Amino acid sequence: MKQGLRPSAVVGRGDDASKRNSDKPLLQVDSVEASYGPYKALFGVSFSVAEGSAMALLGSNGAGKSTVSRVVSGLIPATSGRVIFAGQDVTGLSAWRIARLGLAHAPEGRSVFASLTVLENLQLTFRRSLGKEAVGDALAAAFSEFPRLGERQSQLAGTLSGGEQRMLALAKVLAVPPKLLIVDELSLGLAPIIADEVFERLDAIRSRGTSLLIVEQHVGRALELADRVVLLFKGQVSYEGPVSELGDLAHQVLPTQGSPAAGEQDT
Amino acid sequence: MSTFITYLIPGIPVGCVYALMAVGLVLTYKTSGVFNLAFGAQAYVSALVFYLSVESLGWPIWAGALVAILLVGPLVGVALDRMLFRHIRAAPSIVKLVVALALLIGIPTTMKLLFGNATRLNPPSIVANASQVYHFGAYYVSKGEIVTVAVTVVVVALLGALFRYSELGLHMRAVVESPRMLELAGVNADRVGTFAWGLSSFLAGLAGVLLAPLFSRVSSLDFTTLLVSAIAAAALGSLTSLPLTLLGGLLLGIGQAVLTGYLPLNSVLATGLRPAFPFVVLVLLLLALPGLRGSMEVIDPLSGCDPPPPPLAASVRDPRLDRVARIGFPVFVAAFVLSAMTWVPSFWVFILTQGIAFSIIFLSITVLTGMGGQISLCQASFAGFGAFAAGQLAMHLGLSVILGALVGAVAAAVLGALVALPALRLGGIALALATLAFALLADNVLFPLGWLGNGTTGVSVPRPVIGSISFAGTRAFFLLALVVLAACSAVVIMMRRGMTGRYLAAIRGSELAASTVGINVARAKVMVFALSAGLAGIGGVVYASTQGSVSPTDFNYFFSLVFVVLVVTTGVKTVEGAINAGMAYVILQQLLSYIPNHPAWLHRFSGIEILLFALGALGYVIHPEGMVEFQKRFWTERIARMLDRRGGHQPSEGSGLGGHGEALLEGKAPDGWRPSEGGGLGLRGGAAGLDGTQG
Repeated sequence: MKQGLRPSAVVGRGDDASKRNSDKPLLQVDSVEASYGPYKALFGVSFSVAEGSAMALLGSNGAGKSTVSRVVSGLIPATSGRVIFAGQDVTGLSAWRIARLGLAHAPEGRSVFASLTVLENLQLTFRRSLGKEAVGDALAAAFSEFPRLGERQSQLAGTLSGGEQRMLALAKVLAVPPKLLIVDELSLGLAPIIADEVFERLDAIRSRGTSLLIVEQHVGRALELADRVVLLFKGQVSYEGPVSELGDLAHQVLPTQGSPAAGEQDT
Repeated sequence: MSTFITYLIPGIPVGCVYALMAVGLVLTYKTSGVFNLAFGAQAYVSALVFYLSVESLGWPIWAGALVAILLVGPLVGVALDRMLFRHIRAAPSIVKLVVALALLIGIPTTMKLLFGNATRLNPPSIVANASQVYHFGAYYVSKGEIVTVAVTVVVVALLGALFRYSELGLHMRAVVESPRMLELAGVNADRVGTFAWGLSSFLAGLAGVLLAPLFSRVSSLDFTTLLVSAIAAAALGSLTSLPLTLLGGLLLGIGQAVLTGYLPLNSVLATGLRPAFPFVVLVLLLLALPGLRGSMEVIDPLSGCDPPPPPLAASVRDPRLDRVARIGFPVFVAAFVLSAMTWVPSFWVFILTQGIAFSIIFLSITVLTGMGGQISLCQASFAGFGAFAAGQLAMHLGLSVILGALVGAVAAAVLGALVALPALRLGGIALALATLAFALLADNVLFPLGWLGNGTTGVSVPRPVIGSISFAGTRAFFLLALVVLAACSAVVIMMRRGMTGRYLAAIRGSELAASTVGINVARAKVMVFALSAGLAGIGGVVYASTQGSVSPTDFNYFFSLVFVVLVVTTGVKTVEGAINAGMAYVILQQLLSYIPNHPAWLHRFSGIEILLFALGALGYVIHPEGMVEFQKRFWTERIARMLDRRGGHQPSEGSGLGGHGEALLEGKAPDGWRPSEGGGLGLRGGAAGLDGTQG
């Protein structure tokens, strides 16, 4: 799936973003360090995501991309540093509290409950965030937007195809737009045509006012959507700025881009 | 037909009792992924509290029931969740099973410690005039039975509704698969988990108080045996379906009652098959129901958030410490043997020999669980099988005990393979349950047979004689046992270093991946199971020969449970873990037997070693590699750092944590992650470990 950068589009986005960045940031990550047991993965990562913008978080295998997203959503505690989301210091808060502040995180790999049905997966999210009465309407809306899910609503989510599982994850988000959506390797293992569809949905979600933090190894699609980029290298930020100024840097830092090895996990 | 119904009717309330326990099991499993073998022990706690408050404190029945069911029951569950299960929510189901095992043996001991060991006869019933009988045509039903049936049906219906229609039920089902993903949906997974535990524990309490009057006394053993029947019922519901579980319980209770009615009294079938009926059903169900095997584990997609397991101490050891160990270990062994042969009182040499026998049995767990990644709850049965075989051969054919040991080992290995062949298709929890059923089958059916275990009389096993050398003396036999242990350890170490060990490590990592590189997973599993059973058989013979005789009570199912917990406590991955466990087991037991009988409260401490081991296994929650293994790594790293500071030179590659971190980022596995080559090192390190347990 080699996809070059489309210069004209990138420049356009970059200009767009500079306007947005004058707003106060929605998410601010400040010298965050984190480790898995004795193995340290992040060495002082700082960046910020402006309200309404889309940030691409890029890096090669093992650079710490997934770790950053896990720390932000509260799945892993930061050993030092701070995370500020929507004006509130969320460092050390449990994941469910952060989620209730309006942060949605679709983790890498399967991000739906395999042992629940499609319907139950949606109900789980809708019932908590919309209340019991609104669930019916939200379900109807989700199924009209994703007819495939409607057809398979009583099927276990674990039996869906990879693409359908991503759609289910996005359907949850679409009904209740969060302030920030973190998507981790959403295109991983998908056929290009399905990946395109996933990114179209992401664009739609963004146009409803949700900021995006896109964790990707496949640079092309992520950069098309994003207006700013954070490049991670060995657990540290090596570049943060608008896509337009990224230039050749991405190719230098991301040796695996577009290569078959890009399908591996990065923890 | 009417006789059939006469037999059938008393089976219904018993079946309801099974169902009530089974529903509790299913609830716990559905909501926490824990196959809660301690459920019976929890029921026992409530039954005991109810008995004590009514009989000893003289409370009214309703007050005692209220406290036991609504207060003590849920509190126990919430405490277990907060202290233990919350921390292993994302752990593999085997880890959870071990913790539940530890509770199963730890809770009754704790109760004994708290409330003494008096026999408590005739538990009161929660129902007034429970024995009042109602007539329906020609049939009789007592009031107590009606209440039991009614409560069971109501409970199952309410739980079914909770799961199907409520938001909480949805959360409870989701939390098993991935607590972290549930948190991402904005739900407090901890609270859901605590509620689920409180609820299932309430059920345990209810079952305990309702069931107690069925037995003549309040005893934890009755509840544990009852639990196996409940497991069979739960298996029929594939551990998920509540209505099927209820049906399973009923069928089991009725089947047992009808069987009792029709089988002639005192026949082998009646005395053997009737108590074993639930276990036979369980084994058949495990083999026949495909749903039980496939759907048992859904992997948490967010398990990557957990840190990787720490490396074995032996693999991070500084080369300088290695040199010390290389000299220190032979010195230690020589000193140990020399002391045992000279100044150590012969009684203690006898105790140490017992320790060696247990060490050999425990090696079988090292092989099966540490290397094979499987859990068997019938290792004691294999040990008993080996011992009985050797004893019977010596008695009837005059076969030498040494030869008998070999035959016994082979017989146990064949039996192991026979158990493993069907169990192969199971693995994980299903395998543990199948082996538990086999252990109970052995206890109830095989061992009482005259030509095998010879019932309560047992079998005498002489000390061996080789040529003109007799090993009848305590010290001589000690030496022989030590040689056997060394040989068994060598086999285990060689196996771990060789291809089989690598195969097993691969299978442990991923059966699928292992089979794609051409490893015959089924063969490797049968082999490891057979070898493990054989080792247990040899250990059993050594133990029997130490004692001079052996009876089925020496190796009943309870020992199998204790053994697993013990070895897990000390470290299931290394040979020295097994040896530590063996020595600690006999030495602690002996030391604690010196506790005087009075004052009476002091006597309660006599069985406390079980509790200590249970507590150790609970440490599994924090250090899955085993307490001893954890200490060892802690100290080797610490000493290495100390040496570095003193010597003033750079830490050697891979010994410091920083080194691992860097290596990880470079994308290559740090040293400690390589499959351990530390088999031999494990034994060498035994010097320090043994010292620790004896000192």
